[in-house]
Amino acid sequence: MVYARLILMRLFKAVIVLFLIVIFNFLLIQLAPGDPAAILAGEAGAADQEFLDQLRERFGLDQPMYVQLWHYVSGIAMLDFGYSYRLGVPVFDLIMDRLPATLLLTGTAFVLSLVLGIVAGSMAAARVKKPSGSLIMALALVFYATPLFWVALMSVVVFSVYLGWLPAYGLYTVGAGHTGLALVLDVAKHLVLPATTLALFFMAIYTRMTRTSMLDAAQQDYVKTARAKGLKPGIIQRRHVLRNALLPIITLAGLQAGQMVGGAILTETVFAWPGIGRLMFEALQQRDYNLLLGIFFFSAALVIVFNIITDLVYSLADPRIKKGAA
Amino acid sequence: MSFFARFAQNRGALVGLIILLLIIAMAILAPLLFPESPWRMVQRPFLPPLSQDGFPLGTDTMGRNVASGLMHGAWVSLLIGLVSTSVALLIGVPLGAIAGYYGGIIDDILMRFTEFFQTIPNFALAIVLVAIMQPSITSIVLAIAIVSWPPVARLVRAEFMSLRNREYVEAARLVGQSNTTIILRQILPNTLSPIIVLASLMVATAILLESALSFLGLGDPNVMSWGYMIGAARTVIRQAWWLSFFPGVAILLTVLALNLVGEGLDDALNPKLSRER
Repeated sequence: MVYARLILMRLFKAVIVLFLIVIFNFLLIQLAPGDPAAILAGEAGAADQEFLDQLRERFGLDQPMYVQLWHYVSGIAMLDFGYSYRLGVPVFDLIMDRLPATLLLTGTAFVLSLVLGIVAGSMAAARVKKPSGSLIMALALVFYATPLFWVALMSVVVFSVYLGWLPAYGLYTVGAGHTGLALVLDVAKHLVLPATTLALFFMAIYTRMTRTSMLDAAQQDYVKTARAKGLKPGIIQRRHVLRNALLPIITLAGLQAGQMVGGAILTETVFAWPGIGRLMFEALQQRDYNLLLGIFFFSAALVIVFNIITDLVYSLADPRIKKGAA
Repeated sequence: MSFFARFAQNRGALVGLIILLLIIAMAILAPLLFPESPWRMVQRPFLPPLSQDGFPLGTDTMGRNVASGLMHGAWVSLLIGLVSTSVALLIGVPLGAIAGYYGGIIDDILMRFTEFFQTIPNFALAIVLVAIMQPSITSIVLAIAIVSWPPVARLVRAEFMSLRNREYVEAARLVGQSNTTIILRQILPNTLSPIIVLASLMVATAILLESALSFLGLGDPNVMSWGYMIGAARTVIRQAWWLSFFPGVAILLTVLALNLVGEGLDDALNPKLSRER
């Protein structure tokens, strides 16, 4: 019951936010340079007035502003994001086509960064004031400060060009015709570099957070009690400290979802990973504004879905939330 | 202990400060050491580093001097980082101050507004804004400011909420000072330390954002920037790794230095709160 209400509340909020983003998108289209019809005609090479008017009519650009807004909003409510001006394909189809690759990449990077970050952070917390602990934190700071796209490029140079261990581009080997397990392995091989480079930055964040959070939790009374009971330090660290330290990390992980999308745009661009991030880069290069805004809306929706999931995980992990819900 | 003594106690912060000063020196010396435009083609392309006098870092795909680009790029990165952070402060500080000071419905509305901006994926929004406004220093600065003000508003709001009922604020109210005066003269000065710390970290993030935008081809076409250099060399990474390598190191060092300085400022300005490191 409590969960149902929590979910309903969050969904209601999500719809409002998405509605605002749609209006925001519409305003941005109006600000975009040039008449979309002229852009389209320029591409086709024939810019006579009649053809322009025809195009305008076809895309509804001859209607008054509020009618256009209404068409736009009601269209998106029915998952109609219009056409890509360049490719002539519905934006929604393009995005759906690319979404699985992005989910695979960000999902892998998310799990990887969370696991490695929590392990590294706990190790650093257990080694406060020791050189090994400081080394972990120094590394985390360096990864935090490194531009993601640069790590991606450098990993291509080292692991792909120089060592020749891993493929640098794409989702699978084109023309190899792998099926079944061979295909899975092939994709996994292609996934290693993009997922690792995307994970590094977030791993740095989780490492720092885990360490701080564990040091805080170690000061709590229940930890002192556990120590007074004579429990082994290892058990205290795992059962009492880490468990409680995880809560703020879940919250933080939820907040990082938006950053993850941004990171995916850069990683996918470098590795030619056929996800929506790469699609955004392509839309950008061709100034395909409708496609660009469609992807923008979609990435925001993804973040909201992810936020709702983290909220639910959080309320499951911390039973105290139940009472405060609603 | 003096401010600087506390700052210098954090050895990392000192290292950060030195790196930062070197990069500022690079930015200042760029027009003196390389008076020619970094866009000019001056040698044959793809010259490897250290292979010819005057081109310590080689030349790029168009025969432009990489060392010159690196020096001129320092100026752009620092400028965009500083200006966009200032603009973000100009948006975030007033919003946070008003929300925290007045509370109630004003706070509610302003916080929903802030939350909205926090939900939208940062980098995607920045891309869309720059693409629509057309790439230029102004549009990049605005886009970065628009995506980075929410944490400022939240921080300032929290500070104002905890300070608004302090005795000295009550006293100012009794004396008959206006709300504006109390906000600006009584409370705001007491929130400066955390704002300064946050701002130094924001400059770092802004530099990262700017480099990522110009990497994607959304940089100002008239200024040489580190992100652009990496982006332009992306497709020739197999033949000429150094074209991407050096600008990346420059970004890394700058961002790292700013983060270290931020931590040092935190220690120096909030001595009570400074954690053990």
